[in-house]
Amino acid sequence: MKVAIPKEVYPGECRVAGTPETAKQLMKLGFNVLVESGAGENANFTNDAYIQAGCSIVADAPSLWAQADIVLKVRPPQLHPNFGKHEIEFLQEGSTLIGFIWPAQNQDLLEKLAACKVTVLAMDAIPRISRAQKMDALSSMANLAGYRAVIEAANHFGRFLNGQITAAGKVPPAKVLVIGAGVAGLAAIGTAKSLGAIVRAFDTRLVVREQVESLGAEFLKLDFAEDGSGEGGYAKVMSDEFIKAEMELFAAQAKEVDIIITTALIPGKRAPLLVTQEMVESMKQGSVIVDLAAEQGGNCACTHPDEVYRYKGVTIVGLTNLPSRMAQQASQLYGTNLYHLLAEMGGGNNYQINFEDEVIRGALVVHKGEITWPPPKVVPADTKTSKQEDKQKESSDSSSPAAREIPAAAVQTSSLSSSGQSSSSSDLWLLLMGLALLGIGISAPASFLSHLTVFVLACFVGWQVIWNVKPALHTPLMSVTNAISGIIIIGGMLQLSGGSSLSATILGAIAILVGTINISGGFLVTQRMLKMFQK
Amino acid sequence: MTNNLLTVAYIGASALFILSLGGLSEQQTARKGNIYGIIGMLIAFVATALSLDANSYGLLASVVIPGAAIGAMVASRVAMTSMPELVAILHSFVGMAAVLVGIANYLQQSQSLTQVESTIHQIEIFVGVFIGAVTFTGSVVAFGKLRGIISSKPFLLPGRHLLNLSAIAASVWLGFLFLTRGNSTGLEALLLMCAIASLLGINLVMAIGGADMPVVISMLNSYSGWAAAAAGFMLSNDLLIITGALVGSSGAILSYIMCKAMNRSFLSVILGGFGGQTAPETAFASVRTGGEVAKITAEDTAELLRSAKSVIIVPGYGMAVAQAQYAVSELTKHLRVRGVQVRFGIHPVAGRMPGHMNVLLAEAKVPYDIVLEMDEINEDFPKTDVVLVIGANDTVNPSALENPNSPIAGMPVLEVWKASTVVVMKRSMASGYAGVENPLFYKDNTLMLFGDAKKNLDAIVAKFAQLSEESVDIPQPGKVVWST
Repeated sequence: MKVAIPKEVYPGECRVAGTPETAKQLMKLGFNVLVESGAGENANFTNDAYIQAGCSIVADAPSLWAQADIVLKVRPPQLHPNFGKHEIEFLQEGSTLIGFIWPAQNQDLLEKLAACKVTVLAMDAIPRISRAQKMDALSSMANLAGYRAVIEAANHFGRFLNGQITAAGKVPPAKVLVIGAGVAGLAAIGTAKSLGAIVRAFDTRLVVREQVESLGAEFLKLDFAEDGSGEGGYAKVMSDEFIKAEMELFAAQAKEVDIIITTALIPGKRAPLLVTQEMVESMKQGSVIVDLAAEQGGNCACTHPDEVYRYKGVTIVGLTNLPSRMAQQASQLYGTNLYHLLAEMGGGNNYQINFEDEVIRGALVVHKGEITWPPPKVVPADTKTSKQEDKQKESSDSSSPAAREIPAAAVQTSSLSSSGQSSSSSDLWLLLMGLALLGIGISAPASFLSHLTVFVLACFVGWQVIWNVKPALHTPLMSVTNAISGIIIIGGMLQLSGGSSLSATILGAIAILVGTINISGGFLVTQRMLKMFQK
Repeated sequence: MTNNLLTVAYIGASALFILSLGGLSEQQTARKGNIYGIIGMLIAFVATALSLDANSYGLLASVVIPGAAIGAMVASRVAMTSMPELVAILHSFVGMAAVLVGIANYLQQSQSLTQVESTIHQIEIFVGVFIGAVTFTGSVVAFGKLRGIISSKPFLLPGRHLLNLSAIAASVWLGFLFLTRGNSTGLEALLLMCAIASLLGINLVMAIGGADMPVVISMLNSYSGWAAAAAGFMLSNDLLIITGALVGSSGAILSYIMCKAMNRSFLSVILGGFGGQTAPETAFASVRTGGEVAKITAEDTAELLRSAKSVIIVPGYGMAVAQAQYAVSELTKHLRVRGVQVRFGIHPVAGRMPGHMNVLLAEAKVPYDIVLEMDEINEDFPKTDVVLVIGANDTVNPSALENPNSPIAGMPVLEVWKASTVVVMKRSMASGYAGVENPLFYKDNTLMLFGDAKKNLDAIVAKFAQLSEESVDIPQPGKVVWST
C-alpha cells in the first residue's frame, strides 16, 4: 500500500505529516511511503533525508495524490494555491485521507469528501481514552503549544523568569498564572516552573489539582463546591455564581502576576472569556498574556488572533499555530501518532477498518462516501470508564497519582477496617497474656520466675535492636543470629559433664557437633558476606 | 571455675551478643558486630568448658574440632546465590541440637527438684523438644525446596489444617501423659511427640511455595531461637534464654517485615500453610489483561540506556537464578562511567530470603550506597528515564495498587511503570509466583526483553563496550575511580 505525505498548503503551516524517522517506521509496517518534493522543507527535513530513509519523492501534489492509497495530512484539505484546485479533487476514489478534519466545524467539507467516495479518518476525533493515548495528536500538539506559550511569553517579557541574586542586585522571580490545566496548561506549568518562575494555576476541574501540584505549581481554589469535569477531558460550562467567583479571583490575580497563559477551551463552542479588558488594564506594565484559545475566539477580551501587539503596556500574544513554530518536533510527534494509528489498523499487510475498534470507529468520519460522524455513543457504562481513563490520560504527562485515587482509597479503607479488627484482637491478646502471667505468678516457683524475667526482657531488647537493622543487612543478620543460636551447644556440654548415663552423653555430643557446625559456619559466612559490602 | 565467674562470663557474652546485633544495623559497623558475636561465643564456650570435668575434654574436643572444621569449610565454599539453602540447613542443626539436648536432659534428670519445679521442668523439656523437632524437619524441607530437591510448588494435603490441629492436639495429649506417668512411659511419650512434631514441621513447610521462602526462612530463624530459649529454661541457663530470645525476636521481626511486604497476615504465616488461597482467584485475574507486548532487542536496550540520564535497576529472583549479578555490576560500571545515574531498587521480598538481593549485588561489587530500599526509591520513578527490571514480576505488578480484586491487592510494589520507559527482562510471558497476570507488560511504556537474563545483559554490556570505543567524548574507563 502506498502512503503519501504531501506538502502542507495552509499559509504559515510548517509541519508535515511524516518525518524521515516516522516514514522508516511506516515502512516497517509494510507501507510504501511517497513524499511530495519539499514537503518537509519548512520543518527542516530535506528531500535527501527522506530518500535516505527509503521514501520515493514525487515532484508535485496532483501526481502524488493520484498514486496514493492513504494520504497523511496535518491540516484539513483546502484550495491548493499552485494549481487552483481543491485538494479533495486530487483524491482518488476509494483512497483514505487521515489528518485533522474538525468535522463539527467543517460540515460542508465533510459532505464534499463523502461525495468523492473516499474514507476519512479525523485525528482530532480519536477518542481520548488511555489505549488511544499514543495516537492522540491533540495531546501531543497541545503539549507543544503549552511549552511554546511559555517560550513566547518569556520572549516578550523583559525580565528573568527565575529569581536571582547577583552582584548587580536582586531579581525577583516572575509570577505566572496558567488558566486551564489540560495537556497544554500542564506543559506550560512544567516549562514555566523549570525556568524558575512562581507558577499558579486554575482549573474548574478539581481532579487536576494533584497534577498541578505534582508539577510544583500552586493550585488556586475557589470556595465553591462545583466540579467542572466534563466529557473527553474538557471542562463543562459552569454555573453563573461560579463564574462570578472565578472572575473575582482572576481580577485579583491579574494585579499580581506578570504573565498569564490561558488555555481554556470548550469543545464545539467559543472559548470562554476569562480575562476582561479591565483585568488587562490592571496588569503591571510589561506583563505578557499568551492566549492559546485565540483561534476559538480567545480567553482574553483584547486578543487579536494571529497577532502580537501591545495594549496599554501589556503584550498580548494571540498566535494561533504554536505547534507549527516548532515544526520539526511537532512533525515528529504527529508522525508518530499517525504511525500508531496505522499500526492499530493492521499495518500495510493486514490493513482494514475495524468498526468494532472504538478508537478507529471514533476517528472514522467518512467511510467509502458515507458520513459516519458523529460516531454512535458508547454504552453508558463504558462512557463512565472512558471518562475515568480520560482523567488518567490527562494526568499521564504530569504522571500524577490522581488516576490511582480510587483503588488507593479502597485499599486504605480496607486496611483501616483490618486495623480496627486487629486492635480488638490485640486487646484480647493482652488480656490472655495478663491471665497467663497471673497463673504463672500463683503456681510457678521463684527460680522459674527469674528465668522468665530474663526471657521477657531479652525479647524486648531483641525487638528494639533488630528494628534498627537495615534491610540490606537482613541476610547477614540471619546468619549471625543463626550462629549465635548455636549457643545451644552449652546445653550439650552440660550433658557431657553429668556423666551419669551414656545415652545422654552421646546425645549431648551429637548436639555439640551440629551446634559447632552452626557456629563456625554462621560466623564465617557472615564475615565473608560483610567483606563484600563496599561503598 | 566458680559459679559466680561463670555467671559473669555469661553476662559478658549476652552483652556481646546484643552489641553484635546492634552493630549489624549499619554496613560500617556490621563487621565489628560480627566480631563481637564471635568473641561472645568464645567467652561462653570457654567459660562453660572450664566448668566441666576435666575428663570430658577429650570427648568435647573430638566433636568441637570436626564441627568447627565442617562449618568453616561449608562457609568458605558456599556460593552467594545458595545462601538461603545454607541458612536453612543451619537452622535445622539448631533444631536438631535442641531436640537432642532436650532428650539427653530428660535422660539424666536430677531428683533434687520439688514437685512443682519438676513439673515445670518437664513442661520445659517437652516444649523445647517440640519446637526443636518442628524447626528441624521444617528447615530440612525448606533446604530441599531451595535446593530444588523437593518441588518448590506448594504441596497441599487435603484437610491440611485439620491434620496440623490434630498433630498439636496429639502432642498436648502426649504431654499430659508425659507429665503424669513415670519415667519409662514418659520417654516413649516424648519420642512419639517428637515424631509427630517432625511430621508437623514437614507438613507446615511443604505447603509453602518458592516465592514465600523469605517468610519461611525468617520464621524458621525465629523458631530456632525459641528452641534455644526453651533449652535455656530447662537447663536453668540464662545465657541460652537471652540468646534464644534475641534470635527468636529477630526472626519474628524479619518475618513480620516480609509479611508486610507481601501484605499477608502475620498469624497465618506463623501457623504456616499460606499461599494456597491465591490459586482459585488467578483465573479471574488473568482474564482482565490482554493485548500485545512490545519487544526490544539487547542492542536497542543498550542504546536506550546510553541515552538515559537516570536508570533504576530492579532485580528479582530471576537475577539470582540466571547468576546475572556480575553482568549487572558490569553494566552499572559502564553506565556510571558515562555519567548516568544508576540506582537499584530492592523489594523487601525479592529473592528467597530477606536481603538476598543485597548480598548478591554486594558479591558482584555493586557499591551499597546505590542499592536502595523500596520506600527510599519509589518516589523517584517518575523522574527516571529507564527502569531495567531483571527477573522480577510480582514485586513490580501494578495490579497490586490498581485492581482491588487482585490476589496481591494492597501489597506494596515498586512503581516502575511511572518511569518514562521500562525494560522488563524475562524468560517468557509466564506469570509470577502468585499466578497473577502482570499488566505492567502491556503498558505503553514497557518493552520486553525476552531470554536468559545473563546472556542479554552480556550482550548489552558488549554493545556498550563497542559503542564506547566509537565515541570519543567519554572519559576512559581506566581513569575513573570505581570503588573506594
